[in-house]
Amino acid sequence: MAEEKKPDPTVPPSAPPKPAAAAPPKPAAQPWDDELARRVRERFRSAIKDSLTYLGQNYFVVDAASITSICGYLKHEEEFNYLVDVTAVDYPKREKRFELVYILYSFPRNTRVRVKASIAENEPIDSVTPVWQTANWLEREVYDMFGIRFAGHPDLKRILLPDGWQGHPLRKDYSILKQDEQWVQENLHIESGQ
Amino acid sequence: MPPITLAALKPYIMMVLIVGIGPLGVGYLVLLERKLMADMQARLGPMRVGPQGLLQPIADAVKLLLKEDVIPGMVDKWVFWLAPCVTVTTALAAFSLVPFSSDFVITDVNIGVLAILALSSVGVLGIILGGWAANSHYPLLGSLRATAQMVSYEVVMGFAVVAVLLMAGSLSMVEIVKAQAESHRWFLFGAFPFGLIAFFMYYVAAMAETNRSPFDLPEAESELVAGFMTEYSGFRWALYFLAEYCNIIVVCSLAVTLFLGGWLRPFPSVTWLGWLDYAAPVGSFLLAGGLSLYLVKRQPRAFDQIVLAAVGLALLAVAGLFAWPAFNALFRGVFWFMAKIMVLVYSFMWVRFTFPRYRYDQLMRLGWRVMIPLGIVNVIAIGIVLVLKG
Amino acid sequence: MADDLKHTTGEATFLDANEIVLNMGPQHPATHGVLRVILKLDGEKIIGTECVIGYLHRGVEKIGENRTYVQFNPYVDRLDYVASVSNGLGYCEAVEKLLSVTAPPRAQTVRVILTELNRIASHLIWLGTHALDIGAMTPLFYTFNQREDILKIYENYCGARLTTHAFRIGGLQYDLYQGFEQQVKKFCDEMPAKVDEYEQLLTTNRIWVARTQGVGVLTAEDAIEFGVTGPMLRAAGVKWDIRKAIPYENYADFEFDIPTGKNGDTYDRYLVRMEEMRQARRIIQQAVDRIPDGPIMAKVPKVVKPPAGEVYHSIEAPKGELGYFIVSDGGLQPYRLRIRPPSFVNLQALDRMVRGSLVADVVAVIGTIDIVLGEVDR
Repeated sequence: MAEEKKPDPTVPPSAPPKPAAAAPPKPAAQPWDDELARRVRERFRSAIKDSLTYLGQNYFVVDAASITSICGYLKHEEEFNYLVDVTAVDYPKREKRFELVYILYSFPRNTRVRVKASIAENEPIDSVTPVWQTANWLEREVYDMFGIRFAGHPDLKRILLPDGWQGHPLRKDYSILKQDEQWVQENLHIESGQ
Repeated sequence: MPPITLAALKPYIMMVLIVGIGPLGVGYLVLLERKLMADMQARLGPMRVGPQGLLQPIADAVKLLLKEDVIPGMVDKWVFWLAPCVTVTTALAAFSLVPFSSDFVITDVNIGVLAILALSSVGVLGIILGGWAANSHYPLLGSLRATAQMVSYEVVMGFAVVAVLLMAGSLSMVEIVKAQAESHRWFLFGAFPFGLIAFFMYYVAAMAETNRSPFDLPEAESELVAGFMTEYSGFRWALYFLAEYCNIIVVCSLAVTLFLGGWLRPFPSVTWLGWLDYAAPVGSFLLAGGLSLYLVKRQPRAFDQIVLAAVGLALLAVAGLFAWPAFNALFRGVFWFMAKIMVLVYSFMWVRFTFPRYRYDQLMRLGWRVMIPLGIVNVIAIGIVLVLKG
Repeated sequence: MADDLKHTTGEATFLDANEIVLNMGPQHPATHGVLRVILKLDGEKIIGTECVIGYLHRGVEKIGENRTYVQFNPYVDRLDYVASVSNGLGYCEAVEKLLSVTAPPRAQTVRVILTELNRIASHLIWLGTHALDIGAMTPLFYTFNQREDILKIYENYCGARLTTHAFRIGGLQYDLYQGFEQQVKKFCDEMPAKVDEYEQLLTTNRIWVARTQGVGVLTAEDAIEFGVTGPMLRAAGVKWDIRKAIPYENYADFEFDIPTGKNGDTYDRYLVRMEEMRQARRIIQQAVDRIPDGPIMAKVPKVVKPPAGEVYHSIEAPKGELGYFIVSDGGLQPYRLRIRPPSFVNLQALDRMVRGSLVADVVAVIGTIDIVLGEVDR
């Protein structure tokens, strides 16, 4: 039988136990509403679906159809003259499964902004190569890895994978162990295709 | 029938020696280059085959001889066979005109200089044919480029040589050296400073002639474009390589003969420096022999120790031979000649490891727009200086 | 097939070859890796280039979606294998951002020291191989010899020379070994003499100047248009360095200059990188004198599960802006891990830089862009 603990006389009688300290709030995307966001929303109205910020990084969620005009505006009027990256994320459960991400940076203003647009599986999107030349290879890689077609791209073909490869590896339904066996058999002459 | 004396046989003996031992000597020149390059690049170079890598050339030669003779299907077979032969033949033939000493020259034609220049021009033909035989765009274009480079710099070389001819008054190689002996100064310092300019021009032209860095774009471009040597492998390639290093020795010999006094010791007219004739060869061979014997202890394998000991003893024996007056009198010219060639060859190699290479258009621009006008001006200037001197 | 290399057999008439297609195949004697450049030539002049890459594609981004955050850390070294410490820094910082965690000061300073040493090592390789491409074969050995000292420091610190895996998410795994400061200080003391030696060999050498000045010019507008970053951008005159513009770690505590060039040609890029080596040394000297005491690892949960969201974080790698765009779905493994490689984007500018040049310049320009195919292809 456990001994009853004598209350320690040096310790003042404790207050009723506090509720467990609240866990720090999980960071969540907050609405972003500063000068830049307001100007862009005013200019493009419905094409801008949302403007949010997460962990201090601001981004717009836009309509895919007006991506070139938005990017052109951002480059020429808002001085976002440097396209850092173009990439895509695959959310197969969504109706518009691909979310394209454009990361922009402005040298004069030293700020970064992201522009995100969602498209469905076989839907093409306008290329932003006319706005920034950087997009050329970046979009080719997105095409290579996801199968997203960019309308108006000067030279849309695979860049990292061989030309005759079937399939787009970064899609979620392309298993990491999968390979284009036919290509391997034909070109590397490995019968098993592995 | 002319009497069969030693003197009559001497040219033939020399020919046999050059054709027989020449390639081996060239092999050791390649080893010297590799060791020097390694030394300047803070590393050791070939060390495995033989003591300190001394048997490397033999290993290379054996390997090249044993390699499969690959003849690509689409080449022009007869030209393919002929091209390296042309280059090697002219390179070796040029040795017949080189005066190793007043006694040791295979033939002292009275147009010796002209003949050597002519032979090197014909050697260029071997390069054209090599590129042509490959029957493909890129080797042909590469070889044409090499040819254009060599031909342009032959003009430069010609102007440098003419400068010396003005001072010497003869085209014979032996006469030119004798003229330097008579005028008590090397033509390098003749008609000061125009002799120096002529030597500088010759030096640059010699590097371009032999496709040495910084003028080795035709060869280095075989990284980008297939140079003329692409389709050659094994022994045929070795022939081209042999020809290239023979050419280096030939142009250095020509430089030594024309500018540096040939087989004469430094200050040939200063009689109290006569001891140099003994001190230099004996000293240098003693040093080499001593160094070899000292390194014997360091060799890990017994075979290497034996070889190095043998080499050391041979070098000491040569030093002893040079101490014997009769031998010394006969061969001192050869020693000085070879020593001077070695200095020039060392400088060629040093330049190769130090400088980047010129781009093709810069190379041609240097030849035609800088060197040739300089050559013309130099010749006129030397002419004026000589006339003024009386 | 992209193989439009016309190889004529039989009747090879070179007279009609006004436009030749020349293939600089995937295997180079110059150690840039497996890059294939197809050149269209008009005689000597280049009228078009096409880069074919992907020979070293290993599907690293796909692997990223199938490994936990901690497991993916070593893969990151293999991107730019020459500057693996920088890659690790970028990745660890990106994940730390997702976790809203910062590394403790001691870890930050040590990270800065190791990363700047890495910058020097990367530039030393660049210098050696670039000089070798242009024909000067000797600096290669001297630079590699000097780089050995840096690799010894890495080996003593984390056991690996090249693919170091030096950093962990939240800080460092290993504390400094005894003698680290002395070894780094010794390296810094010996460095100026050696860098001066390289400058002596090359900077005023007229052949070097002739081969690099005016070659591969990339103006500032073109550089920004093509998204070029790093020394290439700075040589064009744009004074921009992420360490100053958007400081990370504790770079803001150190004093250093950003060298820029004027013309954006190969010679300027050479000068910029040489000066960057000196500035990196300056940073190291400041940092090694004041390494604070304290923990080397922040409080990071054993199982790294960042909350759902996405973040983009970039650092100034020796080759340019190296960025990591990580999308987390709250799970153990990243949902999407995108690596924005500087060499990939810089290589795009090759076409603009060699138009109208001669064939011999292509090798010089590829060397000056300073690509590592591991990063280009991932």
